Amino acid sequence: MNLTLYVWRQKNADDKGRMEKYEARDINHHMSFLEMLDVVNEGLIQQGTEPIAFDHDCREGICGTCSLMINGRAHGPEMATTVCQLHMRHFKDGDTIYIEPWRARAFPVLKDLVVDRSAFDRIMQAGGFVSINAGGAPDANALPIAKKDADTAMDAAACIGCGACVASCKNASAMLFVAAKVSQFASLPQGHAERKQRVEKMVAQMDREGFGNCTNYYECEAACPKEISVKFIAMMNREYLMATVTR
Amino acid sequence: MTTSQSSVSFTTASVGKKVLMAITGILLIGFLIVHLIGNLQLFVGQEQLNKYAETLQSLGALKWGFRLFMLILAVVHVWKGVVLWLENQRARPVGYRREDTIQASLSSRTMIYTGLLILAFVVYHLLHFTVIATNPEYAQLKDSMGRMDVYSMVITGFSNYFIAAVYLIAMFLLAYHLSHAAESFFQTMGWANEKYLPKLKFLSNVFAIIIFLGYASMPIAVLLNYVTLPGGGF
Amino acid sequence: MKLDAKVPSGPLADKWDKHRFEMKLVNPANKRKFSAIVVGSGLAGAAGAASLAELGYNVSCFCYQDSPRRAHSIAAQGGINASKNYQNDGDSTWRLFYDTVKGGDFRSREANVYRLAQVANNIIDQCVAQGVPFAREYGGLLANRSFGGAQVSRTFYARGQTGQQLLLGAYSSLSRQIGQGQVKMYPRTEMLDLVVVDGRARGIVVRDMVTGKISSHAADAVVLATGGYGNVFYLATYAKGCNGTAAYRSYKKGAAFANPCFTQIHPTCIPVSGEYQSKLTLMSESLRNDGRIWVPKNRDDNRAAGDIPENERDYYLERKYPSFGNLAPRDISSRSAKEVVDDGRGVGETGVGVYLDFADAIKRLGKDVIEERYGNLFQMYERITGEDPYTVPMRIYPASHYTMGGLWVDYNLESTIPGLFVAGEANFSDHGANRLGASALMQGLADGYFVVPYTLGDHFVRAGVSDVTTDHPEFKKVEQEVQERMKKLLSINGKRSPDTFHRALGKIMWEYCGMGRNEAGLKKALQEIPALREEFWQDLKVMGTNEELNQQLELAGRVADFLEIGEVMCYDALTRAESCGAHFREEFQTEEGEALRNDKDFCYVSAWEYQGDGKEPALHKEPLVFENVELSTRSYK
Repeated sequence: MNLTLYVWRQKNADDKGRMEKYEARDINHHMSFLEMLDVVNEGLIQQGTEPIAFDHDCREGICGTCSLMINGRAHGPEMATTVCQLHMRHFKDGDTIYIEPWRARAFPVLKDLVVDRSAFDRIMQAGGFVSINAGGAPDANALPIAKKDADTAMDAAACIGCGACVASCKNASAMLFVAAKVSQFASLPQGHAERKQRVEKMVAQMDREGFGNCTNYYECEAACPKEISVKFIAMMNREYLMATVTR
Repeated sequence: MTTSQSSVSFTTASVGKKVLMAITGILLIGFLIVHLIGNLQLFVGQEQLNKYAETLQSLGALKWGFRLFMLILAVVHVWKGVVLWLENQRARPVGYRREDTIQASLSSRTMIYTGLLILAFVVYHLLHFTVIATNPEYAQLKDSMGRMDVYSMVITGFSNYFIAAVYLIAMFLLAYHLSHAAESFFQTMGWANEKYLPKLKFLSNVFAIIIFLGYASMPIAVLLNYVTLPGGGF
Repeated sequence: MKLDAKVPSGPLADKWDKHRFEMKLVNPANKRKFSAIVVGSGLAGAAGAASLAELGYNVSCFCYQDSPRRAHSIAAQGGINASKNYQNDGDSTWRLFYDTVKGGDFRSREANVYRLAQVANNIIDQCVAQGVPFAREYGGLLANRSFGGAQVSRTFYARGQTGQQLLLGAYSSLSRQIGQGQVKMYPRTEMLDLVVVDGRARGIVVRDMVTGKISSHAADAVVLATGGYGNVFYLATYAKGCNGTAAYRSYKKGAAFANPCFTQIHPTCIPVSGEYQSKLTLMSESLRNDGRIWVPKNRDDNRAAGDIPENERDYYLERKYPSFGNLAPRDISSRSAKEVVDDGRGVGETGVGVYLDFADAIKRLGKDVIEERYGNLFQMYERITGEDPYTVPMRIYPASHYTMGGLWVDYNLESTIPGLFVAGEANFSDHGANRLGASALMQGLADGYFVVPYTLGDHFVRAGVSDVTTDHPEFKKVEQEVQERMKKLLSINGKRSPDTFHRALGKIMWEYCGMGRNEAGLKKALQEIPALREEFWQDLKVMGTNEELNQQLELAGRVADFLEIGEVMCYDALTRAESCGAHFREEFQTEEGEALRNDKDFCYVSAWEYQGDGKEPALHKEPLVFENVELSTRSYK
């Protein structure tokens, strides 16, 4: 199939950037979206045009590196799918596709479709951990954890930190990401000792990074490739309230 | 982080602001319910409504205390709402060329607009029926017992097609605002989960419709001549 | 070059305890005077950096990804082994040790493997304490599953994403140390060379992948945790960014490269669909617990899977290995798949694949149970192939997945360059000629949490604080060399992109140094690779400059090194004239087609020493002594 692409090109963080039009020819419907871009890039190199820079790594939907806004949707039209797992069979011959980077003040564009998501790391550094050192942990089975709680923690922990929640949120809010982390630890007894400081510190860092506020659109949940539920945002709100009320 | 610092930051922290929006919002919703029940006495008749109005007016300091409280609620709700909106605008300085929406409802995305229009309406409504500034002639209306004839004032007001239309549109916007607001309250306070959330969304819509029908019933009843002025004339 | 494994004396079970007692300790007040560089932030790197920082050392950690949370350890699905014996099925440290040595076809160092088995239990405790949400039973205790190469259930798992959860655990510890300022993290930064002064590793030269800035970092020790070089095959289950550059540059600076030809081919990957394919996706081997592997009995049987009656199906693993059946170790399982495909009985459009069928399991356990166990894997399969594995059998085929080979290290995980330590997949130490499932996560975390923190301390005390700073002329020299290399890559201005060379190399490697190898093929590869390398340096095209985010330039540098790594692999494969584990030399097999090991001549670790560009590297041998297990023919029948 043949496609028309409009792709965001930006030389570096200081460049203003613009959309450029490219033609993608003879695309096989079994290709992944990124393989389609590989083919386009190979063509650009042959023409002497600089290839399109985009982030990607594992290409199996788990590392959370790939991050493209495709026709206005984070990770493209398929639900519960990262771009690297999106296949061209979901497009038709002659389609026009807009490809843009994640947009948020906290995620500045570095080049073309590559953005800086280190804000997420800084939120984690503020409190996204259990403060224990290597060695000295009690036997793993010393503390039984109800399957239900372990499952809830796992549901939250499935977050791959790709930033689709921020990209798709009309407010560029990072609540789903932060909530997933807070909820994972809040659901497990191991995380209880620090739960109050954790939620306060992580929310404070999130705010400092310049993310928007949550206004309960729930768009993040629909865009999340790992289908993290907005119930975790409610859970984090509760954690935060409890932490402030009982301080 | 010291305690004093973080307690100050609650009202400016993202989650704190949301909680303030939610709590002031739910109290305003409480007022809407009480106000509706009071106003629906229009359908009982002139005597009942005017008596009710006079009772409220006679509360004195309590009345002013209540008004002040409502004013604070409204100011905090509007102020935090505008701040949230401005911050959210700033959080994405460069927008998308192509933007799509999967499940964010239109009502959730238009809260700031419906909210500000409702604010404008509230100002008008206060000037219209409370301060009686837009239509000073209402002040002349007295019932047989010499009380302020609120009953006639309402019917006179809604007999004007233009005014009735303004009220109906405003009530629609209010209901639209509420359809997202009521459900949002539970999410923000952390009382929602995946089991309750769909039900809360549904109940939130039902509640918004009830509020709309309740308030809209009055201008509509006047327009349809279901309730009329005592003696049938002005 | 002298290879001293420094294995402590005494009984196997006491070696690690004894060694820990004998190692020198750094006084707590002095720890802040020592610094370590950790390259890589996967399980071994993140765990190592965090643990060293917890002890009080100053740590700098580097990764090429945009965040340390993304290293490819994240992609491991199935689980992590430990001999907790929670299932009461007869597991023990000894059994885990024995299974690992046997699974590695007796080409690993006993003492290292035993230590691995010993600390494995601590890993599970550590991860649970970090908040890793392992699967649990209704009683609240940890759940286990069985895995290839073992007859006990010792594998701990977190849905289908154990690797991600363990990595996030290590990353959370690392984040804590970064937040406290004890670790300085450098994401989007690639190590391009090692700096050795007076025979001791003193630091590294890196490139900032956003600005292109080349800079030096000095420390008292360097830990490489940079993963494997399996992307030499181009099509592999590795992340696209995985590369052998850091390890290979260190090899060129004097670190021996051990067992380079021991590369594992994973049996359960989604088959290739076309020429454009950029990578292969692995599906957890745990699928083999309930899935049955088969092909049609007759060649060129084009019927749909469902139309082939039971008696015309060949469940070849169950037939050949009745006691292990579909759970036979990876190398055996992969090779058997290749055999039936070569025999013309492969399935799917391309004929390169075998069925992995869940029909019986769904009948026996119900769809819900299968969905609970493998839901996300089934979903992933459907997303990639467009087929529903609940109704149509999956198609699978082997793919390059792990490298048992890596930089040679002694018992302390120190390479032949003093002060250069190597952890995780980047070293060669624990898996011999074949790694068992769910053991990679175990080894990465064991090295990071429980080995490197001890052995580095000993090194610090013995070597003392390094007085070499980045102002030393050697740093300037290496920086200059790296600059020159970038310039050279950019100035060739030929016609072909780095990717085309990488694909071409991958084809040569898969053909001649893949699942089956023979002398003629390897010799051919040893001619083709230098020719391709020649062409690379003549006809490469890299656009843009060094002073910017330049993904083509990054790739070109990595491909240049793969073009040399491939050659070392072939030398090693050619020299090792036996079949063992994943290394299958077609000339050396039994009448039934099983690997024919030669313990008399090849019971050693081959360690290759760089001799200069274009020269054949020198082979050194570390003899393997088995005092505790008897060398036997590996049998899974």
